[in-house]
Amino acid sequence: MNSEKVTKRILFIASFILIILISGIVLTLISGAFPVFEKYGFSFIYSDKWDPTEGKEQYGALTYIVGTVITSLLALIICIPFAFSTSLFIGEYYKGTLVAKIIGTLIDLLAGVPSIVYGLWGFYYLRPLLFNLGENTQGYGIFTSSIVLAIMIIPYATSISTEIISLVPNHLKEAAYSLGATRLEVITNVTIPVARSGIIASYILALGRALGETMAVTMLIGNSNLMPKGIFSLGNTMASVIANQFGEASGLKLSSLIAIGLLLFVVTGFINGIGKLIIKKFA
Amino acid sequence: MSNLEIKKTVLKVEDFYVSYDSDKNAVSNVNVDIKRNQITAIMGPSGCGKSSLLRAFNRMHELYPQITTEGNIYLNDVNIASLSTTDLRRKIGMVFQSPNPFPSMSIYDNVIAGYKLNGIRQKKSERDEIVEKSLNDVALWSEVKDSLHKRGNFLSGGQQQRLCIARTVAMKPDVILLDEPTSALDPIATLKIEELLVTLKKDYSIVIVTHNMAQAARLSDNSMFMYLGELVEHGKTKDMFTKPTDKRTEEYLMGKFG
Amino acid sequence: MSKTLKLEILQATGNQKKRYIKNKIFQIFVVVFAIIATTPVFFILFELIKKGIKQINFDFFTKVAPDSFEAMMAVSSGKGIPGGILNGIGGTLIMVTVASIVAIPLGLLIGIFLYENGKSRYANIVRDVSDILQGAPSIVLGIISYIWIVKNVTHGFSALAGSMALAIMMLPLIIRSTEETFKMIPNSIKEAGLALGIPYHKILLKILIPTGLSGLLTGILLAISRVIGETAPLMLTALGNPTLSFNLNKPVDAVPLLIWQFYNDPNLVDLVWSSSLFLVFLVLVLNLISKRIISKRK
Repeated sequence: MNSEKVTKRILFIASFILIILISGIVLTLISGAFPVFEKYGFSFIYSDKWDPTEGKEQYGALTYIVGTVITSLLALIICIPFAFSTSLFIGEYYKGTLVAKIIGTLIDLLAGVPSIVYGLWGFYYLRPLLFNLGENTQGYGIFTSSIVLAIMIIPYATSISTEIISLVPNHLKEAAYSLGATRLEVITNVTIPVARSGIIASYILALGRALGETMAVTMLIGNSNLMPKGIFSLGNTMASVIANQFGEASGLKLSSLIAIGLLLFVVTGFINGIGKLIIKKFA
Repeated sequence: MSNLEIKKTVLKVEDFYVSYDSDKNAVSNVNVDIKRNQITAIMGPSGCGKSSLLRAFNRMHELYPQITTEGNIYLNDVNIASLSTTDLRRKIGMVFQSPNPFPSMSIYDNVIAGYKLNGIRQKKSERDEIVEKSLNDVALWSEVKDSLHKRGNFLSGGQQQRLCIARTVAMKPDVILLDEPTSALDPIATLKIEELLVTLKKDYSIVIVTHNMAQAARLSDNSMFMYLGELVEHGKTKDMFTKPTDKRTEEYLMGKFG
Repeated sequence: MSKTLKLEILQATGNQKKRYIKNKIFQIFVVVFAIIATTPVFFILFELIKKGIKQINFDFFTKVAPDSFEAMMAVSSGKGIPGGILNGIGGTLIMVTVASIVAIPLGLLIGIFLYENGKSRYANIVRDVSDILQGAPSIVLGIISYIWIVKNVTHGFSALAGSMALAIMMLPLIIRSTEETFKMIPNSIKEAGLALGIPYHKILLKILIPTGLSGLLTGILLAISRVIGETAPLMLTALGNPTLSFNLNKPVDAVPLLIWQFYNDPNLVDLVWSSSLFLVFLVLVLNLISKRIISKRK
């Protein structure tokens, strides 16, 4: 039937637009970054020199790569005990109850708070707290950012793992209970092994989210172009250096920032891809 | 075949095959004449191909590109493959296993959906007439006449199924196909639908797929027994049930396999 | 079940008490940590309300943001900071609208495509591409929109550029929710339509979409609530504008952008609370509405 063919064609064209879009994105990033890779080759990735002064311009992404990796991993580590407990709370211990629903809703709310609001809250409330701990100048730094980032990714780390945990078949757990196992033992020996890939996928996806986070980190990390020495140093992430320095950038600096954008895109795409792959295999 | 006999046949199935993935035949070498204004039951154990055959009658299998057919089916001597699917499906309507009134439409709009959504322009009075007649034909009118513009989700399963039948008869088809129409319904609703089908046969030719032998025996004038894709036996229901000619038919009727 | 568990349990009569205590302690940890995990919401909301509510008045919604000097003068003469966030509200409104006009139809079509083509190789690729796009950091999309629109179309920062970045962010969300919504419609509804001889596009428009409307609306609302709070991409594209402007070719402000501008200006910094409160409130309301839609239609 004619109208069916036309409709199918329109649908196909729409889908193809998506393909064109992403190809355009990748090509644009690559061509924008090209001057930098032409000049430095792959050493761009492991050079930590970042000097925009005219005459002796030098750019290298390592500082920001390290900053990104440290903040994100640290955030994940901080987040896991909380996310894990919440998943168990909602999916196992209090599954189906009103309390679980409330906790679940509150966690969802965390996901709705815009990143800049997290940054503000981190800036005005967490920072002084950390400053009092006396570690560094005014409480900025990697550690502060990681804490806020950890809070931001809790909903992502909880959502899938909660679902997977709650889907662990009852009959498996009942078999263990009937042998006299305690709840903890059932969780350790039945629930977690069964849900393991889903839980891990959840954390990987949360990591992916953390890697790309910009505003909150930008406001708390200190905008330093030097390689961080420890978790209390100031630093910068790939996302935050772009946010901070894209404004008036041009020429090689602009290309460097675009190159960092490309790196960020590839890394997040890769991490998210792994997470989704694990879920697919599991399901 | 004399003219009289041809007119008695509404659907003629000739050397018909249906296959999935061109490997296995879901339906093999079916030859049968479906009689006009009578109820023909297609029965057999699960997987025997009865639904696949039924769906070939209104070319619903074309939804799934991996399904192919061979052979011919004639509706009133016209090859169904030569008709557009729109035309074909106005002449051959289908009722499904679980009642499926369109959830976003009112009862009125459901009955008239075949016209409205096909872009057929009608005056409101024409539509009102069609809706009333169709709902009357399925014995639903008095139950819903005051709620025509409400959605049908308050109706019971049996009523919803009758609504679906009304939607089909509104198009005044030649043939109505039913694919296990009562298997999702309770016994009382089932009986009502069966009574309905008996009254409908004076205006329509009915082909019903059923896995319920007793239903086939109650309802149908003619029966077809299928097993593993083959049309094992067919004929007048009375004859088939009392004197089946094939051993497999006999075993099926005795409940030897489900 | 693991062998260790079986052994443990079977041998464990002496260890009974120990196991029991471990069990209880773990449960306490779980409950405590779960509750702590939810507390930031309260802290944040509390602070926002405490500090922000007093700045919210009629002017808040009807006046544009004050400039630094105005604010300083007002504060030094004892008055509160004047003005409001009208330019931000206007900018957010226009950009989200344009983004929606682009992303919603396209997202619907692609979602329907995926629903119709399910497992085909090409469909899987399209779905994966949508997922990649969904995970892309918003700042990178800002870079893209900068290059495509700011540099090449509007030759300057503009509302159009901002809208594009937001549209790209909304697209994968709408695609996914459309596909999910359609998958939940029983197949027999579509078959019933086909059995009546109804043409395919009418089945989509007049049967499937109306049936799935609540799911589709929810997906759209959630996509909007997701982009409404975005700052990073707008910094590279919309830039900001002290006046209320609906001109797509010119820079425009947005509520989150304003917050960023206030934050960076010592004279305006107190305005961050009321604007943040407004933003969070907006996101919450959108979320609540979509939850309502889901439960109502069920």
